[in-house]
Amino acid sequence: MSVLLIAEHNNKEIRPFTLNAITAASQIDQDLHVLVIGKSIDAVCKSVSEIPNVKKVIQIDNDIYENYLAENFTPVIVKQAENYSHIVCSANTFGKNLMPRVAALLDTSQVSDIIKVISPDTFLRPIYAGNAFATVKSNDNKKCVTIRPTSFDPAQTSGGSAEIIKADSAEASTLTKFIKREEIKSDRPELGTARIVISGGRGMASGDNFKLITAIADKLNAAIGASRAAVDAGYITNDHQVGQTGKVVVPDLYIAVGISGAIQHLAGMKESKIIVAINKDGEAPIFSVADYGLEADLFEALPQFLEELNKLNTIQK
Amino acid sequence: MKILVAVKRVIDYNVQVRVKEDGTGVVTDNVKMSTNPPDDNAIEEAVKIKESGKAKEIVAVTIGEEKAQETVRKALAVGADRGIHVKVDGIIEPLAVSKVLQKIIEKENPDLVFMGKQAIDDDCNQTGQMLAALLNWPQATFASKIEVKDKSLEVTREVDEGLETIEINIPAVVTCDLRLNEPRYASLPNIMKAKKKPLEQINASDLGVDTKQRIEQIKVEEPPKRKAGIKVSSVAELVQKLKNEAKVI
Repeated sequence: MSVLLIAEHNNKEIRPFTLNAITAASQIDQDLHVLVIGKSIDAVCKSVSEIPNVKKVIQIDNDIYENYLAENFTPVIVKQAENYSHIVCSANTFGKNLMPRVAALLDTSQVSDIIKVISPDTFLRPIYAGNAFATVKSNDNKKCVTIRPTSFDPAQTSGGSAEIIKADSAEASTLTKFIKREEIKSDRPELGTARIVISGGRGMASGDNFKLITAIADKLNAAIGASRAAVDAGYITNDHQVGQTGKVVVPDLYIAVGISGAIQHLAGMKESKIIVAINKDGEAPIFSVADYGLEADLFEALPQFLEELNKLNTIQK
Repeated sequence: MKILVAVKRVIDYNVQVRVKEDGTGVVTDNVKMSTNPPDDNAIEEAVKIKESGKAKEIVAVTIGEEKAQETVRKALAVGADRGIHVKVDGIIEPLAVSKVLQKIIEKENPDLVFMGKQAIDDDCNQTGQMLAALLNWPQATFASKIEVKDKSLEVTREVDEGLETIEINIPAVVTCDLRLNEPRYASLPNIMKAKKKPLEQINASDLGVDTKQRIEQIKVEEPPKRKAGIKVSSVAELVQKLKNEAKVI
């Protein structure tokens, strides 16, 4: 039994979520091999070979793999899959797009977005946006599994020296053409991976008032989130939406400001390590999940909050 | 051009989901059900393409128990022309759903297949990609913008790093993000008209697809409860707690 993990990278370096997926994969089986598909990826493969959990690196290097397209990656993964009991990758947009295409061709019913490895065939995964946890057992011979990165610690990146072997590429797909990728250039961390998230709700009362949130986010190097109510009211664009129909976030610190705590919002943030709620309605459901609740008018509390933060001489980044 | 849109009936996103005491699943009796939210975006996009004159027919398909028909009726009320309900009881996994859809597609020959990027019940995020693989069609997942060209689509996708644009040949499968559009509401006259639109019923067993579960659901449980928090009396106290007790700032 061996595990094949599909690495995500940008042809220069490995993407961080792959390190979390490596931790989970090595809990399935110690014999973990990593498949790196890309263009001019010697450096990526070398860095993967230095991860102590990795036993072998398989390099498939060809110009046609410069941009990640599921239609191009799938045939080589399916071919490599012959020798493995498990095919795994991270459950971010990379793995979500890719793995089901592989699983269907292997005639395997995929297990998505696991948060715990119970045994090599049994996993824990959230359903209903985390409102329930399901323990599931895969009965397929070959298992395709995607891993929720935030549920596993990143693997160590040095000390290992796995063998790197090269494997053949496949024909390029003519079905799909990559055109461009626009990376959102922001000094702020991404909502999905930020260590601290501060979100505003309908209580913000206007889009302009989000500047109170922005000032604190700048100070804490936090991402800015919002409830669906704030998005629907037009205060902020919906790429900031946290919740069942938006993004699910699991930061170390989540600060909910003027958010009542509708079910659909709670589903997107209640796994956060520490939750702070600032709301003038002491009965708001958000307080039931908050570690620290402050019953106060946000228009007074937020400027004070910034002032108090400014008094601290050290803030973790 | 013909567009097939797959829709799923799920527990409404505003309902507090409750786990059954015996651990076999979640409570669905007497619970409000609706169309899976991003499937509404898929229908809306198909209707917009038809209104622009680039599509002639929209077929809405659902797979599930008798009441799953409601989602097809809703699709018909916002602009789909015809519906198909593939009847099957119990849990049906995305792999089996994609095999059923493949059979329907072989019969219907659509140019495009749209559906939501993910169902908000099992949160699998698999069906569109699996269907594209089985058909050997291109896929565009998490679509937030679709431009119909002559024999292809230009699709902007929501990815972790930002936005990605790809061009895919037709026929193709597209899975829709919530940012793609604003789904319209069905007007009462259109709801009435939808009742007269054709809705074909097929038994999944007649399609020769094995819909048995491959994944055993051993138990479903409540997520661990958060321990009760405290109320702080001032901003200064809050900041001190975050700094010295929780150690997160």
